[in-house]
Amino acid sequence: MNLHRRDFLRATAATAAALALPRIASARARPHIVVVGGGFGGATTAKYLRMWSEGAVDVSLIERETAFVSCPMSNLVIGGLKKMADITLDYERLRSNWGVRVITDEALGVEPGRRSVRTARHGEIAGDRLVLAPGVAFESARIEGLTGNEERIPHAWKAGPQTAILRAQLEAMPDGGVFAMTIPRAPYRCPPGPYERACVVAHYLSTTKPRSKLLVLDANEGIIAKKALFERAFARYGTMIEYRPNSTLLAVDAATREAEFEFERVRADVLNVIPPMRAGELATRSGLALINDAWAEVDWLAFGARGMPGVHVIGDAVFPAPGMPKSGHMANQHAKVVAAAILNDLAGLPPNPTPVVMNTCYSFVDDRAAMHVASVHQYDAAKAQLLPVPGAGGLSEEASVAEGRTALKWAYHIWADTLE
Amino acid sequence: MKNRLLASAFVLAGAVAPAQAADPHLARNLAATCANCHGTGGRSVYEPLVGRPREKLLSMLADFRSGEHEATIMHQIVRGYTDEQLELIATWFSEQR
Repeated sequence: MNLHRRDFLRATAATAAALALPRIASARARPHIVVVGGGFGGATTAKYLRMWSEGAVDVSLIERETAFVSCPMSNLVIGGLKKMADITLDYERLRSNWGVRVITDEALGVEPGRRSVRTARHGEIAGDRLVLAPGVAFESARIEGLTGNEERIPHAWKAGPQTAILRAQLEAMPDGGVFAMTIPRAPYRCPPGPYERACVVAHYLSTTKPRSKLLVLDANEGIIAKKALFERAFARYGTMIEYRPNSTLLAVDAATREAEFEFERVRADVLNVIPPMRAGELATRSGLALINDAWAEVDWLAFGARGMPGVHVIGDAVFPAPGMPKSGHMANQHAKVVAAAILNDLAGLPPNPTPVVMNTCYSFVDDRAAMHVASVHQYDAAKAQLLPVPGAGGLSEEASVAEGRTALKWAYHIWADTLE
Repeated sequence: MKNRLLASAFVLAGAVAPAQAADPHLARNLAATCANCHGTGGRSVYEPLVGRPREKLLSMLADFRSGEHEATIMHQIVRGYTDEQLELIATWFSEQR
């Protein structure tokens, strides 16, 4: 509490000082870090920079939304087990507890030479370092007929209005209807997420509309996360869930809610298309070095963007190291590595040569039971990568109510670690 | 306890860079990997680590590793850290107030 109050007092003074100065880095006596994107990665970076520097660096966080809506647990809203309010948080405590300057605005692009971010309404915001956490962009254009029809054919893969739309469509679906969901080829955000969604939707249907059908059309060759566990979970719903691997979506018809695949055509009452993904638009607009023309290339000691000194990229937008999932937990862990590296750099020190990150992901299989996958990733100096530690991490033996409770506690903790 | 931890450290040795010039904030950074489930600075309401005695934390970690202390997930996570790292983490939490 004392720490919070002390930081708050400092922050108040810093904010007052910042307001009196023009918005350019050179006018600041103190280092200024600009973070773009207020998801798990960006928000955690902003908080930890302020916390670990004990208020010695100024931090601006540019985020287009005023509310933080959590992707983890959003499937429970779709399944009718949680409300939007349960997964919606705000940025107030980043301001009041930590003195982060939260700027509600759209980042248009980065000027790497000037280490600045162009915004829609606040002009150019310059910093001594930039941290970009732009998340993912959806490649709707790769599916014929999808662009512009995302409200009729929602992805609900960025929590927010899309989550509420998909929930409403599911509620309006008649008993005996067909809910079809499509899964893109990996890598995409949250590997187990689509299969969890299938389970909680099936749970809802089995309790309220038991004659309905749930089609899971997966572009991958099989379930890509917690495979055996999800196969068991799907089996519990009998013939309600029909899982079809190797099903790459080619086109949709928004008027009829038909989906076209290579060898078949499916008509659904609710069509939930999770499109292929790439790094968030800011990555493309900023000219970041991309691998496979999709994901940002970084070094794993400081998450520095290749070829852009002073610019860092974290979270889902990054081309993953082997075995590294795109998850909120992992983005929160990236944030701590980059915050430590930047503070070291400002102090004239190299980045920590032995960073460690870890991941935990819980998936619900019904209204109460969940299961996990966990991993720990250590830096391998020879390979210059963060790699999963062999023999560490692993899966639940089976989904359980006890882990369902742990999953809810996990969400409570990571939301607080990220935003409070 | 120590021996059990040491045995797994040898398994890990190949995967981890040899000790270079240690980072001055290494313990803090390692402890921060626990915050997602144990709260920022270990200040969780449910599973707090802040201010707990170092030896107590180390013996719990060793019991998770050996399976003596049944867990849903900690037995898998603890195996990802070296003995040296676990000692740094336990010391750091024990010194926080």
